[in-house]
Amino acid sequence: MAVGNPNRAKAESGIIRWIDDRFPLTQMWQDHMSKYYAAKNFNVWYVFGVLSLLVLVNQIITGIWLTMSYEPSAEGAFASIEYIMRDVEMGWIIRYMHSSGASAFFIVVYLHMFRGLMYGSYQKPRELIWLFGMAIYLALMAEGFFGYLLPWGQMSYWGAQVILSLAGAIPIVGEDLVQWVRGDFLISGITLNRFFSLHVIALPIVILALVVLHILALHDVGSSNPDGIEIDQDKDENGVPVDGVAFWPYHVIKDLVAVGVFLTVFCLVIFFFPEGGGYFIEKPNYEPANSLKTPEHIAPVWYFTPYYSMLRAITFPLFGLDAKFLGVITMGAAIAILFVMPWLDRSPVQSMRYKGWLSRIWLAIFVVSFVILGYLGTVAATEGRTMVAQLCTALYFAYFLLMPFYTRMEATKPVPARVV
Amino acid sequence: MKKLFLLSLMLVMPLFAQTSVASAGVQLDNIQVDAEDKASLQRGMKTFVNYCLGCHTAQYQRYSRAAEDLHMPEKLVVEHLIFSDQKVGQQMTNAMDSKLAADWFGAPPPDLTNEVNLRGADWVYTYLRSFYVDDSRPYGVNNVVFPSVGMPNVMLELQGIQSMTCAQVPQHDAHGVAVIDSLTGKALTQESCDVLSVAEGTGSMNQAQFDATVYDLTNFMAYMSKPYKTDSQRIGMWAILFSLLLTVIFYFLKKEFWRDVH
Repeated sequence: MAVGNPNRAKAESGIIRWIDDRFPLTQMWQDHMSKYYAAKNFNVWYVFGVLSLLVLVNQIITGIWLTMSYEPSAEGAFASIEYIMRDVEMGWIIRYMHSSGASAFFIVVYLHMFRGLMYGSYQKPRELIWLFGMAIYLALMAEGFFGYLLPWGQMSYWGAQVILSLAGAIPIVGEDLVQWVRGDFLISGITLNRFFSLHVIALPIVILALVVLHILALHDVGSSNPDGIEIDQDKDENGVPVDGVAFWPYHVIKDLVAVGVFLTVFCLVIFFFPEGGGYFIEKPNYEPANSLKTPEHIAPVWYFTPYYSMLRAITFPLFGLDAKFLGVITMGAAIAILFVMPWLDRSPVQSMRYKGWLSRIWLAIFVVSFVILGYLGTVAATEGRTMVAQLCTALYFAYFLLMPFYTRMEATKPVPARVV
Repeated sequence: MKKLFLLSLMLVMPLFAQTSVASAGVQLDNIQVDAEDKASLQRGMKTFVNYCLGCHTAQYQRYSRAAEDLHMPEKLVVEHLIFSDQKVGQQMTNAMDSKLAADWFGAPPPDLTNEVNLRGADWVYTYLRSFYVDDSRPYGVNNVVFPSVGMPNVMLELQGIQSMTCAQVPQHDAHGVAVIDSLTGKALTQESCDVLSVAEGTGSMNQAQFDATVYDLTNFMAYMSKPYKTDSQRIGMWAILFSLLLTVIFYFLKKEFWRDVH
């Protein structure tokens, strides 16, 4: 009785063989590790995928331990965080690993995405990898948003208040929608409880599932590389790509070096700068949430600030829509436009190495605009700052919207036949 | 690409430059808190339980944890630092009714466990030394750092009566550098009516003693805000060394494995 692929790889004998007869263990190991070939010319930009996975594991494990002592109620949430920080053995390390881990997650994910933009990793046939990745990014933002309310500090409360109220700008259904999400007339213990549920169960499941899809899609079409050359065009007599090396052990060990560097920096943060200069844990969050007292200056966590800046940059009504709603649309469009990236890039080459100057300049403009928007989102708006934010928002969108034109117009360099 | 990336970083960096002043725009006095100075922390805790704990709480700080971290025998803590019938394992709270307190002071006195996390040590240190006589306020004092604060000057008996006076103060330019007269070489002064001065003999301490007392108190409050700080620095050193060692091992392992690739 042979079920499944009869030709699948099996161990010679022993317990692995016993498993192989019942489950494709050896086959899977070969497909994803020992016979998964990736280009040998990966540079430092290619470590952030593995680091994202590492941070994901960190978030899940520390999250499990935090949940053991956290109390999801308006009365007890703030005190239970203090309990974790002060009375739970090593609780402060676990909590700082989680809070700094959230910021680290976005840092490595942003760098991972930048790698994709720079080397055209989203191009055919890797569109689905990009789409799954973008879905992860979206789920991650939701995860970060829900998690940020849980400490029930002033900034948690008012940050959530500001972001949630955005949905209120949607015509007709807006206010009802906000109330439905909050489950109350204002953010209350009810909101906290549902955010807790979404943060610890719903979104982690979604994120894990998407990560599996992201990696399965990647391993099906194979990793791209800084030259943007398909390595399986050149195979030796055994069917092994000549410019590829097996993921296990070569890439795994290479990635471990990056893991070591990351852990060193991560330890430096959690043990010496856990508040990240007020960006990872904001000062007003040391005061319990108070619905009657608005903090002087409300800003979302740094990883949302580029979009928050775009929202604030829209100060004028247009086409009969009010400014706030237009801002919300702009914010949504800024994220949505990333999804269609694979269809905006019309360049005959993948990598920035062989694209022309226009592509390089536009990518630089995009990065600078995004960082400036991120900074502006953390500070109070002034007239001058709003103008800069408007300019940067325009440039952000121009990078994407003009891409079909400048990628086709510019002269590209010849792509070598083999990786360099 | 690398050059473009570095260039973008350089273009953006100046935007992050910031200076630290209190929200009221007051220049704060800078102190360095020292979690290793156990004597200072012990003196600070004594001041805290004597002058702060009557109205404020430290509801997340246990006496026993402070005893352990500040190297004090629990017996001494019970004898000298717990004035109520509380047990040493309990948190530092008081018997004040917060509703009544809100009537008396305009707002209930906030819990102080996280005060340094919230406002910073410099703020606490400057604030506690910045009360001055102001008859328009209910308790007869106002504060430079926190205008119209509801709190009375509880350490008045130590500091003495401080009031706002006019005096000659050194001039500073826009960068905070003292302005020197190019002819005489002496520092230029100007008249200012925002100078705090204490009437001599009205307090039990001189200015240096009082500043030291407030420093110790602030130091204790900084300890309370992060009681794990010394542990963190000790463990952190080993964790970083371990990660560095791992990195070095991984690096040579990678080199060894990748020898057969090129």
